[in-house]
Amino acid sequence: MNIEEYLRKDYVTSLMREGRRIDNRKLDEFREIKIEKGYSSEKAPGSAFINLGDTKVLVGISMGVGEPYPDRPTSGVMTTNVELRPIASPLFESGPPREKAIEIARVVDRGIRESGAIDLDKLYIEEDKVWIAFIDVHVLDDGGNILDAAGIGAISALLDTRLPKYEDGVVIRGEWEGKLPITCTPVPVTNVKIGSNLVVDPNLDEEYARETQLTVTTTDVINAMQKSGIGVFSSEEVDEAIETSFKKAKEIREIIEG
Amino acid sequence: MEEIKMAEKDMKLIVNGKRLDGRNFDELRKIKMEVNVLERTVGSAYVEWGNNKVLAGVHGPREFHPKFLRDPTKAILTCTYNMAAFSVEDRKRPGPDRRSVEISKVISDALSSVAVLEKYPNTGIDVFVEVLQADAGTRCVSIVAASLALANSGVPMKDLVSACASGKIDGEIVVDLMKEEDNYGECDLPVAISPRKGDVLLLQMDGNLTRDEYTKAYNMAVDGSKKIYEMQKKTLLDSMVNFVEGEQK
Repeated sequence: MNIEEYLRKDYVTSLMREGRRIDNRKLDEFREIKIEKGYSSEKAPGSAFINLGDTKVLVGISMGVGEPYPDRPTSGVMTTNVELRPIASPLFESGPPREKAIEIARVVDRGIRESGAIDLDKLYIEEDKVWIAFIDVHVLDDGGNILDAAGIGAISALLDTRLPKYEDGVVIRGEWEGKLPITCTPVPVTNVKIGSNLVVDPNLDEEYARETQLTVTTTDVINAMQKSGIGVFSSEEVDEAIETSFKKAKEIREIIEG
Repeated sequence: MEEIKMAEKDMKLIVNGKRLDGRNFDELRKIKMEVNVLERTVGSAYVEWGNNKVLAGVHGPREFHPKFLRDPTKAILTCTYNMAAFSVEDRKRPGPDRRSVEISKVISDALSSVAVLEKYPNTGIDVFVEVLQADAGTRCVSIVAASLALANSGVPMKDLVSACASGKIDGEIVVDLMKEEDNYGECDLPVAISPRKGDVLLLQMDGNLTRDEYTKAYNMAVDGSKKIYEMQKKTLLDSMVNFVEGEQK
């Protein structure tokens, strides 16, 4: 940790002792969320550009045709990939995704998959052919809380996604046949522990001061959870994080669907 | 083949109030633990848990590379989780995949939360976990084995790490899922705790759980972890007794 990070961490932590945040937000207050669906609509079947405070994430959905998994021969397939582009932070490097990007991708993936948000059974085309939904998260500016931005972006982009026309074994690019069937809106909420407080939606300074974090993805039930980072939670803190996550997800869902 | 698989999907996981392998809802599979099983590591452990077989070993504290990532205030603990190609029915392609990278990370995080890393600044402590046979719940088995190996290596720890998963099958909350339950169940909730304080060190979940089901499942996983903790303590104590008796002979 360099000296600037150390000082910021110290400042955030000491403010938090008085229950205050560096940008004067309430403990359970998100930064402003801006969602622009269809940002890359000329090419991509679905997309969404997300501003979560200073964090910028572009999510694109590609639809391909491929083989189903052998144990689910009539279900479509989804995959999630997160690219922490070097442009987003001096700390990110080029090359294949590493630990941090992989973890974010898998947590986002789990929320969408386990909630059944994409109706995969409707993505069957014919024997040995199903639609594959590729969710690609492109992180462009790291202002903190990439995970929630990626999760909000992924479901927003999926809600924006059109199903390409498919005729005689070929995908006809640029022509559409209805929307990708989406059944619900899972929303991840990351709760960060700083001192003895839990806060949502950490900005970059708060991430320096973070001890550990818990992401809870909810619909009307809990669909995914992930504790991440060195450090501990008490079971009461976990309960508190779950309550907060349900509450915040409801508010964010309205923004996504609105 | 496909017909069999389709049939399995509708398979009942609870028959006459018992699970497929005859267990009660709150009953763990058979577990065997041993430490100091390898020669070239500083500490090691072997855990059999149901049909899971997992070996863990520790190298270090030793020089950490690359140099610029060294931490002058503490050691960097890195756990590497690896599944043998033959550990599952469909051969797993050797080498790290996304799943094992993620599991490695969450285990590293959990162990780093209890190990007193400040004692070894600028060094690296490497914990290697080899899954030799897998049958659901390998991350819990791995973390239990890794924690034993770390304790066995002599790195001071504020507490052991104990772990256990719970989940939902046929609408019932049960502890320690085996393969069929994991594949066809509705939820998986692996939990690792530091048993003395009850702190949560690892918590993951996928599937669907209501708020109340979560509380029930969490408590069941913690109860399971506490049973594991007793076994871990006994394993470490027995190994010390054996060691002292060996010295005296």
